[in-house]
Amino acid sequence: MKTLLFSLLLLTAPLAAGESVYQQLGEKEGISAIVEEMLYRVGGDERIVHHFDGVDIVHVHEQITLQVCDVVGGPCEYKGETMQVSHEGMGVTHADFNALVEHLIAAMEKHEVPVAAQNQLLAALAPMYEDIVQE
Amino acid sequence: MKTKLSVAACACAMAVALTSSVHAKTPGSKLLATGGASTIEGAGGGGIVPWATLSSYADTGEWGATVNLSEVSVDDFRLSVKGISASWNNRIEVSYARQTFDLSTIGGELEQNIVGAKVRVVGDLVYGDLPQISVGAQHKINQSFALPSAVGALDDSDTDWYVSAAKAWLDGPFHRTWVANVTARNTRANQLGLLGFGGDDEADSRWVAEASVAMFINRYWAVGAEYRQKPDNLTFAEEQDWRDIFVAYFPSKRVSLVGAYTDLGSIAGLDNQSGWYLSVQAAF
Ligand code: HEM
Repeated sequence: MKTLLFSLLLLTAPLAAGESVYQQLGEKEGISAIVEEMLYRVGGDERIVHHFDGVDIVHVHEQITLQVCDVVGGPCEYKGETMQVSHEGMGVTHADFNALVEHLIAAMEKHEVPVAAQNQLLAALAPMYEDIVQE
Repeated sequence: MKTKLSVAACACAMAVALTSSVHAKTPGSKLLATGGASTIEGAGGGGIVPWATLSSYADTGEWGATVNLSEVSVDDFRLSVKGISASWNNRIEVSYARQTFDLSTIGGELEQNIVGAKVRVVGDLVYGDLPQISVGAQHKINQSFALPSAVGALDDSDTDWYVSAAKAWLDGPFHRTWVANVTARNTRANQLGLLGFGGDDEADSRWVAEASVAMFINRYWAVGAEYRQKPDNLTFAEEQDWRDIFVAYFPSKRVSLVGAYTDLGSIAGLDNQSGWYLSVQAAF
């Protein structure tokens, strides 16, 4: 039991180090790189890339970077469209949403973001599912 | 005959899944590990509890399939399971499992075939407020009824019905992702059905509770525990609840491995049956 408690404590170690999620994501620069990596992967994914036909991807990169920075408590303010408006009529499915989340996770893994920080970002974005997905 | 037909349906669904997956880069779009593992009764879930999740990674508009093998080895018995499943659209799962129960100490072997189906009714494991809720059935056909009949079992086949609810917390305690599942099952199966259905003590089916909880240490490794209440229909021997603690490994969407320490209580009069459980699943 003691060892179990000890290993659970170890799991929370990245927090004990006192770094915020924003810092663990690498601050603005890190977030920008993660979102870039994610969008790069989306670009090679035949399941969802069609949604981005004719889209200003530089603008989307900028907006998602700001939004991520904002939701994890970084010094940014997302002033773009609501998720409902910006994804309206796109017909994003459960599968499409998961595909994008998968690319975000892959990007965070590549940037060696600790699991605890990954989970906090994912939990902050997941509630947007209901505004983005139309099934 | 019923079994053969269902097996043919499974095989056919799998063929469709296999041909369509030739073009897909991954087995499906559901997130890693959300297809769960395979249970000893063929349905997708933990090791001994069927979950509300559907096996394979088939998401909206997709087909998926799994092939799985499980071994449970306790003091005086050994259970081997070969199973296949096919799923569509994150909506429906059909499964088939063949169980061989080796009575290592007593001598002899019991066999059973299980055809299962599960439908997601509402909700989602990961998104939204509702848990994912599914209903399922497992039609079990005992292939070696002489022994079960001799110890008081009434029938050689029957159907278990169940309803399951599962939810994931992406950022749960310790900032880890947690998954919990509860299942209510209506059954009169003696030791899964390996000892037949209904008995001299209790003829009718009853509701039993089953539950699982797992914590993902990272994207690929999870640890957890399961509990499964059992009916107790035969006078010749007491049947007890089952439990296990497990470690699951999801190196990719293609394969998963589960290892567990399991306590199956008393089986056929032999007490304290504990040991290990190993399961491997390949997904397409
Ligand atoms: C949690 C998940 C998601 C977040 C946080 C998110 C965030 C955003 C943001 C901030 C914008 C820019 C809005 C603006 O221009 O002001 C945007 C645009 C866009 N998103 Fe998402 N999104 C998500 C999921 C998805 C998914 C799953 C798809 C499709 C597979 C998608 C496709 C698009 C497209 C195509 C645009 C460009 C719209 C346009 O400029 O016309 N998004 N998203």
